Amino acid sequence: MTVLDTDLRPAEPPRYVVFWQRYRRNRAALLGLGLFAIVVLMALTAGLVDPGDPLRRAGLPLVAPFVDAANPLGTDQLGRSILSQLFYGARISLLVGVVATLVSIIIGIVIGALAGYFGGWVDDLLMRITEAFQTIPNFVLLLTLVAILGSKIEWITLAIGIVSWTAPARMVRAEFMSLRNREFVDAARNLGVSNTSLIFREILPNALPPIIVYASVIMALSILLESALAFLGLGDPNYASWGNMIGQGRAVLRTAWYCSAIPGIAIVLTVLSFSLLGEGLNDAMNPRQKQ
Amino acid sequence: MTADTAPILTVRDLRIALPEGADRPFALQGLDLTVHPGEIVCMVGESGSGKSLSAGAIMRLLPEPHVHVAGGKIIFEGEDLLAKTEAEMRKVRGNRISMIFQEPMTALNPQKTVGWQIDEVLKLHMGAKRKERQAHALEMLKRVHIPDPESAYNAYPHQISGGQRQRVMIAMALSLSPKLVIADEPTTALDVTTQLQILKLIRDLQKEDGAGVLFITHDFGVVAEIADHVIVLRQGEVVEQGPADQVLNDPKHPYTQALIASVPDLLPPPPKPVTTLPVVLKGTGLRKTFAARGGLLTGKRKAVVAVKDLSFELHQGETLGVVGESGSGKTTVSRLVTRLLDADAGAVEVDGTDLLACTPRELRGMRKHIQMVFQDPMASLNPRKRVVDIIAQGPIVHGEDPDKARARARDLLELVELSPAAANRFPHEFSGGQRQRIGIARALAMEPKVIVADEPVSALDVSVQAQVLKLLADLRDRMNLSLLFVTHDLRVAAQLCDRIIVMQKGEVVEAGFTAEIFANPQHPYTQNLLASIPGRTWTPPYRKTDAA
Repeated sequence: MTVLDTDLRPAEPPRYVVFWQRYRRNRAALLGLGLFAIVVLMALTAGLVDPGDPLRRAGLPLVAPFVDAANPLGTDQLGRSILSQLFYGARISLLVGVVATLVSIIIGIVIGALAGYFGGWVDDLLMRITEAFQTIPNFVLLLTLVAILGSKIEWITLAIGIVSWTAPARMVRAEFMSLRNREFVDAARNLGVSNTSLIFREILPNALPPIIVYASVIMALSILLESALAFLGLGDPNYASWGNMIGQGRAVLRTAWYCSAIPGIAIVLTVLSFSLLGEGLNDAMNPRQKQ
Repeated sequence: MTADTAPILTVRDLRIALPEGADRPFALQGLDLTVHPGEIVCMVGESGSGKSLSAGAIMRLLPEPHVHVAGGKIIFEGEDLLAKTEAEMRKVRGNRISMIFQEPMTALNPQKTVGWQIDEVLKLHMGAKRKERQAHALEMLKRVHIPDPESAYNAYPHQISGGQRQRVMIAMALSLSPKLVIADEPTTALDVTTQLQILKLIRDLQKEDGAGVLFITHDFGVVAEIADHVIVLRQGEVVEQGPADQVLNDPKHPYTQALIASVPDLLPPPPKPVTTLPVVLKGTGLRKTFAARGGLLTGKRKAVVAVKDLSFELHQGETLGVVGESGSGKTTVSRLVTRLLDADAGAVEVDGTDLLACTPRELRGMRKHIQMVFQDPMASLNPRKRVVDIIAQGPIVHGEDPDKARARARDLLELVELSPAAANRFPHEFSGGQRQRIGIARALAMEPKVIVADEPVSALDVSVQAQVLKLLADLRDRMNLSLLFVTHDLRVAAQLCDRIIVMQKGEVVEAGFTAEIFANPQHPYTQNLLASIPGRTWTPPYRKTDAA
């Protein structure tokens, strides 16, 4: 009469299906995904839209948008096409966003995981270093690093990664501190699993969801930081970047506002897409937080 | 005895609807019950049977609108509670119907003193002066036998023990002489000796006041201890109700029979002549203190001795039980012998090798000889791994070919009576009992000499508990395993253990064959423990059931 405990429940659909169903519920997140897709598409098709160098002279300087068919979004004060700069700028923004985020997340995970897992003096030491970084304002540190390293795009990306690892490190540490006492970690240790595998194979996958969500925030911040650097004229002048465009457009802001407004809108929408994406990821990965 | 007086509470055909997408449309389907003055009605059922929700419905404390009453009547002293407005309900709650919760630590506000919290109830419903209220509160604390009521009145919840907190809850619940007391698993979080005292207290006070009690529990021992009338719930439906005596000793419904048959009886197995077999696990002089780490400015706090000089021997094929209440150090013992915690002193010998003297590298190799089954089936399996990988992980770490290890993991699933289809699923798709089976399979995959089981069935429902215990006993006999079994439940210990060690505050107070200790306990603490087992005078009737 008793239901035998060994009967299995019906199988659940695969993980990615469940994930997509939860993600889909959030309309704003779908919008974010759409915007993100557009930016990626822009980056991919930049070569098709304008096979030449985006920084070459393409027409008369300061042509307003929707006037000249050859330069649909107009030209800047040096006669460069805003449209093709916009498309090539998407590449730089994505590159900076993705690489800088990877750099900061990887540093954050290593430091946070070690501090959270081992605790004690390791934790004390690593957290004091983290605090030292946190006390210096992000942008000031970034300026210093760029001043030292030079303003090549690779160095800028690395520098952005270096100034934004502290928040993920603290997050990973907190996750590790709560997860390391869970019984499944003891169970794995009792099987003879080494510390390295415990950290990276057992605990880390469980600590990842909030980190991935936060990564979208870092990505948005990195793009903003890069733009801010370029705006101050510290960006890499050899690449078309949205920040560079705004920075140069500033000089003609009153006469040709579109020179800085168009890349500005691009930045706003890209950053917005990342935040919405992050929110959707949060709903999909931590379904129990919201009900 | 009181059946001729008018009932305090009558529930007719109560239905509680669950939100869409739940496992069933109704949490409770057609509940009928009556509580008379001076009567204790026990609602028994396993987790998910809807027993707590019915209490919520009576108090109107359901998480509406997701879960709401969909039909039926709740008549309390002639008035229909469902027809009352929220404001009218507020006058009833705490005043004429009161509730005792399961977890006294979370049911009390940690920021306020005990006295303030009792006074709050009195302020709302009594309408007396401050002095009178305080006198009444002290009187109530005295009635629930709290030593030194004055200091308890001014204490914060964390400053008094768990049993005392539950007494405070009872004092609060009874302070306005309610007509109906709803007790939702009030003793589940308590140790067995405290549990008995609290049960006695509830019964005595209820007799004095003549209130009706609706007592919710999952434990048939508690039912036997306290109930006048019993209602058995299963998946939201009443399967049987009747006088306690009849339901306990002559259950009619097969489900009740199966439930009662799952209650472990208190007859330990006859002592096995195991002492001639080789010793596989030997602990000598184990000691562990937890030094509280003082901060820079706070100074050092006093260290707590968790285990004080423990020695034991476990023979091949034998089950040694470690029993004790919370804080006795029994869980620390399980962590020390597996070296998940480092002991301060002593030795743990597995087959003659001292585990505690091993280097980290040697230790990882030794770990395959001593495996563990954990307490919490929700927390002990990595939620991000498939079952087959969880089970195969150990052998793979110890150098077995991954494909072979996975094939063996599938065989092990069969051994623990799970379908091979379970292999590719994730842990959250299983019930508690099933997860515990996976935990057992993981331990067995290493072909260990010793299995340490830390309260492996305490988180499970009684019928599932019986099935898992039976599996453990079967496997032990078939594979000649040696078990070190840590438990707080003496019924479980009686069923499985050949010998037991009784621990109190980190010290062994008594050790010997289970049968001998149960028949003739020597130490006063053991005597007290045994005398506190709920329903110890009640022996479940034996009936053949087709399952379990």
